[in-house]
Amino acid sequence: MSRVHHLRKWMIALFIVVIFIWSMMGLDYQGFQSTSKVVSLSILKGFMHPDWAYVYLPEGEDLLRELLETLVISILGTFVSAILCIPFAFWAAANMSRLRIIPGVGKFTLSVIRVFPEMIVAILFIKAVGPGSFAGVLALGVHSIGMLAKLFSETIEGVDPGPQEALIACGANKLQIIRFAVIPQVIPQLLSYTLYRFEINIRSATTLGLVGAGGIGTPLIFALQVRNWNRVGVILLGIVLLVVVTDFISSRLRRKII
Amino acid sequence: MRLDIKSTNSTSTPPIIPSSPNDSISVALDKPKRGKRIATWMLFIVILVICSLYIDVTPYQLFVGLPEMGVLLKEMFPPDWSYLPTIWAPTLQTIKIAVAGTILGAIPAIPAALFSANNITPYKSVSFPMRTLLNLVRTVPDLLFAAVFVAVFGIGPFAGMLALLFFSFGIIAKLTYETVEAIDPGPLEAMTAVGATRIQLIVFGVIPQALPAFISYLLYTFEINIRAATVLGFVGAGGIGLLLNQSLGLFRYDRAATIIILTLAVVLIIDNASTRIRRKLL
Repeated sequence: MSRVHHLRKWMIALFIVVIFIWSMMGLDYQGFQSTSKVVSLSILKGFMHPDWAYVYLPEGEDLLRELLETLVISILGTFVSAILCIPFAFWAAANMSRLRIIPGVGKFTLSVIRVFPEMIVAILFIKAVGPGSFAGVLALGVHSIGMLAKLFSETIEGVDPGPQEALIACGANKLQIIRFAVIPQVIPQLLSYTLYRFEINIRSATTLGLVGAGGIGTPLIFALQVRNWNRVGVILLGIVLLVVVTDFISSRLRRKII
Repeated sequence: MRLDIKSTNSTSTPPIIPSSPNDSISVALDKPKRGKRIATWMLFIVILVICSLYIDVTPYQLFVGLPEMGVLLKEMFPPDWSYLPTIWAPTLQTIKIAVAGTILGAIPAIPAALFSANNITPYKSVSFPMRTLLNLVRTVPDLLFAAVFVAVFGIGPFAGMLALLFFSFGIIAKLTYETVEAIDPGPLEAMTAVGATRIQLIVFGVIPQALPAFISYLLYTFEINIRAATVLGFVGAGGIGLLLNQSLGLFRYDRAATIIILTLAVVLIIDNASTRIRRKLL
């Protein structure tokens, strides 16, 4: 018994090693160019001497305003998805419908939305509504539905059935049951999940600009293209600060809610 | 209604006896709470309106933009299946980037996790900076890493692999050190009592306990990375994203649809397989 177990372990290890070697063989190492060292050094120098002047420029297009735009994109995107995902959540919750097929289809839809990478959604929206913050908001709003609605539906599945049964007994209709028995029970959990998703969205919002969907990513990719390392340094610093600060505030709020 | 009153005032006022309902108290206590709730919602709505005005995002734009989206979706169908043979190689490259990035990131994550775990490294002066480093690495999204590495090492899959390496390192090390801190201290104490060295302690006491969780985190990170790898090409870091970007740039939406469908299929299959293995491991 134990020998079989051992053998299996070694087989798994061997499998991982083989896969790893296969993956490494495909990647060309042209990456190690002669310039790499120089560039790395200048990046480090850029981090040591960030372009502080960029933090605030009176005529606009500065770090603070771009960071604010990033924050606003993620706030609006999270809000849009929090609204949009509620019908999806009820659709996917197993205790909200009598037929088993309905929540099954809902869950499948959500998992399809979840596997769609955000950046692809962003690019599609850029093609549709043009580059800018609006595409970013829509991308975050649509992509976040997948995760938020899944978490929401699991919360709805976990509610205490007592109040629902009481309302049914008094002859309440479906909407009244949702409004007075389900919603009051799930609101704190929903707010907490929404804040959690907001933390994820703020990270995504910093990258949306790389493809032109607004926010801090746009000046970053410009600075990278013209090799303005001091500016790259200050932008990355700004992003890290923004993420750390919003994470801190959001986790505080979440602890308060639950 | 009565439950509300109890929960909000149980600390400040003597509890109201439920058996003697007193409507005047109920109303008096309910009022400020409702006022506060309305104020919170109003504040929230004002913030939202300011936000949407600030970046000029209005429902009107959505109204104008949605038909455009419909046109785009219509052009995507039917997908151009003849494009499939061309995109096999980049898809494989995407998977390779994800595999290499995940495994190469997991290797340095092991010592990093051991140095961050308080029960293995009882020196705050070592574990604290290590944890700070991990926290910093995790604040930077993978695509930002990719954009920076493309600037350093040039366009190609190597930059993407490095980006995923750093990203995986941050996640795996964090999850693993939390697991290591939660392992059963019994075997460790027993080994310390018979005079095991620190290396022996790790090899025979920690690794057997933490290995299944570690592999599960490895797979979990791989799932994230395969998604990330599909879009790395947008910033020039190799993989299928480059072709997707090109097809969209040339307005070949039928080709873009083929790429997206293939990507989704790959992600779904890998997700499914990985979730199954993870469920078996834990």
